Amino acid sequence: MGFLPLALPLAELEVGQHLYWQLGNLKIHGQVFISSWVVIGALLAFVLVGSRKMERDPRGMQNLLEFLWDYIRDLAREQIGEKAYRDWLPFIGTLFLFIFVCNWGGALVPWKLIHLPSGELGAPTADINTTVALALLVSLAYFYAGLSRKGFRYFEYYVEPTPIMLPFKIIEDFTKPLSLSFRLFGNILADELVVAVLAFLVPLLVPLPAMVLGLFTSAIQALIFATLAGNYIGEAVHEEHH
Amino acid sequence: MTSWLLLGATEGGLFDLDATLPLMAVQVVLLTFILNALFFRPVGRVVEEREGYITTSRAEAKQKLAQVERLEADLREQLKEARKATQQLIQEAEQDSDKLYREALATATAEANASREQARREIDAQRESALGQLKGDADKLGALIVDRLLAAQ
Repeated sequence: MGFLPLALPLAELEVGQHLYWQLGNLKIHGQVFISSWVVIGALLAFVLVGSRKMERDPRGMQNLLEFLWDYIRDLAREQIGEKAYRDWLPFIGTLFLFIFVCNWGGALVPWKLIHLPSGELGAPTADINTTVALALLVSLAYFYAGLSRKGFRYFEYYVEPTPIMLPFKIIEDFTKPLSLSFRLFGNILADELVVAVLAFLVPLLVPLPAMVLGLFTSAIQALIFATLAGNYIGEAVHEEHH
Repeated sequence: MTSWLLLGATEGGLFDLDATLPLMAVQVVLLTFILNALFFRPVGRVVEEREGYITTSRAEAKQKLAQVERLEADLREQLKEARKATQQLIQEAEQDSDKLYREALATATAEANASREQARREIDAQRESALGQLKGDADKLGALIVDRLLAAQ
């Protein structure tokens, strides 16, 4: 990117630079945590305000909360199945809400107004650490779901319908978190980069369609991640009927 | 900007995995529990309570509707019977009054006939007695005329 006039004051592109915080001898990405706390704070504030006074006849924010809950329940029930979805509803719902609010927060909050010594604020899901963490949580979740529901019979899943499937199913356990994390990371980062590059080249109006498209893909990515997580858990708890 | 794609070889880069990952995972797990306590459980309870309420209300309404339909059918049956009874009563009353009318008419006709017969018989008797008397008078008068004529000679 050396050919871009980096001296322009309007927008700058910083990729792969982080605000490092030292925690003992561990290093963490400060900008990810700052924006994730903002996102989590907004989410909790919304939930707290909405569920403060719940009645049988919903009014105001309660309607929105119930709509969300219903949406997430349908998602979880469809993917996991009638029997086990209740246990996993909070996990799937949290994944959906967290990713959704992260993605939209990255696109809607004017982070660039806050200057950091190094790196820049943005969607927490545009950092590979966040998406890998979420994807590994999904892996743990479906292993736990399968083992807790079926015990060691869970491993029958690897040789069904035929033992030939064994290597593929083992590879799947690695590709699932890989594809989950990289899909989310890639989409959100690419969206931020496209918007940043467009804003860098033509600051007015031109980036707007890309931003709108970014909002759309952000929402879709949250839905895809939650749906796939539910699907994996559903696969793990699925009972074969012989 | 030259080393931004290096896979963790030096500090920084797009694929810089470090302690952010486990901390973020812990954060998300905590968020799951907090959201479960603040959002999923209470909202789920409210929604499911409402669903239960609606289900029971519907069942109750259905039951009441069935009861109403049964009562309506019952009342309809009663109404039909009452109508039938009324019809019968009217018919009977009509028949009664008809009979009474016929009886009254018959007696009246009979009485009228009887009194006419009696009157005719009385008239006949009077006429006969009047004729008899007339005949006697004529005879007497004749005899008187004969006596007078014979005495004058």
